[in-house]
Amino acid sequence: MSHRKDLIGIEDLTAKEIIHYLDIADRFASVLERPIPIVPTLRGKTILTLFFEASTRTQISFSVAAKRLSADVINFSKTSSSVAKGETIIDTARNIEAMKIDGVVVRHSAPGAAKYLAENIDAFVINGGDGSHEHPTQALLDIFTMRQHFKDIAGLKVLIVGDILHSRVARSNIFGLKKLNAQVTICAPPTLIPIGIESLGVNVHYNLDEIIDKYDVVMALRIQLERQEAGLFPSIREYRNLYGLTRERVKRMKTGGIIMHPGPTNRGVEIDPDVADGDRSVILTQVKNGVALRMAVLFVHAGGKIE
Amino acid sequence: MSDILIKGGRISDQRSRAEKEFDVLIINRKIAEISKKIRKKGVKTIDAGGCIIAPGFIDLHCHLRDPGRPDEETIESGSRAAVAGGFTTLCCMPNTEPAIDNEGIVNYIYREANRVDICRVFPIGAITKGRQGKEITEFGELVNAGVKGFSDDGDVVDNANVFRHALEYSKIFKIPIMEHPLDKALTAGGLMNEGLVSGRLGLHGSPAVAEEITVSRDIRLAHFTGARLHLCHISTRGAVEIIRKAKSEGLSITCETCPHYFFFNDEVLASFDTNFKVNPPIRTEDDRLAVIEGLRDGTIDCIATDHAPHSQAEKELEFTHAPYGMTGLETALSLIIMELINKQKFTWSMIIEKLNINPAKIINEKSGYLKIGDPANITVIDPEIKWKATPDKIYSRSINTPLINKELQGKCRATMVNGIIKHFDE
Repeated sequence: MSHRKDLIGIEDLTAKEIIHYLDIADRFASVLERPIPIVPTLRGKTILTLFFEASTRTQISFSVAAKRLSADVINFSKTSSSVAKGETIIDTARNIEAMKIDGVVVRHSAPGAAKYLAENIDAFVINGGDGSHEHPTQALLDIFTMRQHFKDIAGLKVLIVGDILHSRVARSNIFGLKKLNAQVTICAPPTLIPIGIESLGVNVHYNLDEIIDKYDVVMALRIQLERQEAGLFPSIREYRNLYGLTRERVKRMKTGGIIMHPGPTNRGVEIDPDVADGDRSVILTQVKNGVALRMAVLFVHAGGKIE
Repeated sequence: MSDILIKGGRISDQRSRAEKEFDVLIINRKIAEISKKIRKKGVKTIDAGGCIIAPGFIDLHCHLRDPGRPDEETIESGSRAAVAGGFTTLCCMPNTEPAIDNEGIVNYIYREANRVDICRVFPIGAITKGRQGKEITEFGELVNAGVKGFSDDGDVVDNANVFRHALEYSKIFKIPIMEHPLDKALTAGGLMNEGLVSGRLGLHGSPAVAEEITVSRDIRLAHFTGARLHLCHISTRGAVEIIRKAKSEGLSITCETCPHYFFFNDEVLASFDTNFKVNPPIRTEDDRLAVIEGLRDGTIDCIATDHAPHSQAEKELEFTHAPYGMTGLETALSLIIMELINKQKFTWSMIIEKLNINPAKIINEKSGYLKIGDPANITVIDPEIKWKATPDKIYSRSINTPLINKELQGKCRATMVNGIIKHFDE
């Protein structure tokens, strides 16, 4: 397997590389079931989580994953933009380089920020989300969860509902699922769908009620209030009425179908509380799998070998 | 006074549009003779074997950042970049700090251009005071001081009524209104062309229709007022088609495009290189081909550089925060040669139309094919030479171009402004 220094986006990966991450994550998932869920694999390595955008679960998930691998972890969050601080991302990169960090997990509001950092430092870079571009580890953990549940991704019918236009989670999932030959449909108001998204091989629908009964996986995305303020849809109430995963809608899903959400959820907006906590929901399984998957990613990029 | 003999180059003949081998003799700063195998002793001789001898290029659209940002460019550095790229005349856009909206700034630019004495620099005046889009500037005073056109470039004149009045008022002076035709609301926050690629990359899109709507509005207003309209940096198929139709109806409009719109398509944005962040954005392959067709059939009159220097510190910011623009004075010729001459089989006479004949007409300047008796504004082009645009070879104070450190073909060997050699590549 060719070794790439960084993980920037799922678009760059081959199906084989995706499967490789998933297979390693399987092994780490069993490590996490042990009484002492820790391995010495990355002892002596230093991982920096560098979050320029607010996040709780992704940063904690990476941090837990690194600790389970016995790496030293430094968490850093800075929500103010670098412009305001007068410090460019390139300065940050040079500082990281000077401190001899082995790997960096970076989140930033600007698309391309992770790639830019990766091109300017020797340490490996894992993209923890760059604007609305990609969030590769989220997609990998989502696909991992689907594979765990359905055994096979090929032919799986997946529906992604919500703000596709601004969603890095949707983009990464679309790239990954298509590479593994799943059937992907997106459903949202046309104002939240990128022009020409069909070229990625996805089906586009605007009416959730007409199609909700057809999918193995229904993934809801977080809807942000600022999109309503920007005039992309008229009100939260109307959004919920047309695109919310309500109890009534979910009842019509096909037998065995599951509900996913990358979090954090807006309960009562894109997903009703009893749906988020209900039988079909695998939302907490996603969170749990996130640790194993991120262990796999850190392991692969820190140059770990499987005996 | 040193006289010059340019030997063994090819000249585009005005009548036949073919290139023929000629020597050119310059005496007392004027073209004294154009014929085969001129023999003359005691003059400086430039060996132009394999080269094209063309009238000096006129750039209708560049940003010299002077006054305001001497760290990015000055009239002096921009002029040096110009002659290195084969340009003998620059029109500099008024989005300086302060804006070129009064006689004092126009006088400053002429004074500075005379002091550095490298090439001709013509200021373009702001359409509205402070480029705020509200009240038109004192066109009379500005024309008197020497502006060659009016533009709020960088911003569209959003208010159609203000734009209408600017067009009407410009008729007193018979000089063009040069519009930056991009609808303000539709382009807000746009980082690249909106389309398949922006959808993939998650970069906020600026749609082609934003250009087409404003081009349509402006053409209707030009028709309504009977004024002279020049549309800047045309980049979409739709805009080319709208302009083609308007011209076929006999409207007196002109337009320009820039090398990056016929050389690149939006796939290059996948690099997230902020040097590709320009406004209007680099469009799709289909748009690129339409721009080339527009150049070929005369819909697009000129090639301008939209040379937009920016500091490295600003271009090193995240894609979202980096400013729009790339430099172009020193690379335009290479892109023209690599794409239009080599791949699209344009003739040199077509290129001279786009870089000299048509721009000269638009700004009411006398120019044209090399003629005996004219002041020697000449550029000698080596269309074959390979070179690498390394920072040490660049005269501009800024290097914000995706072509930096790239292998290019074709370069200006010598540039003469008013009979004086201002650039010479050994």
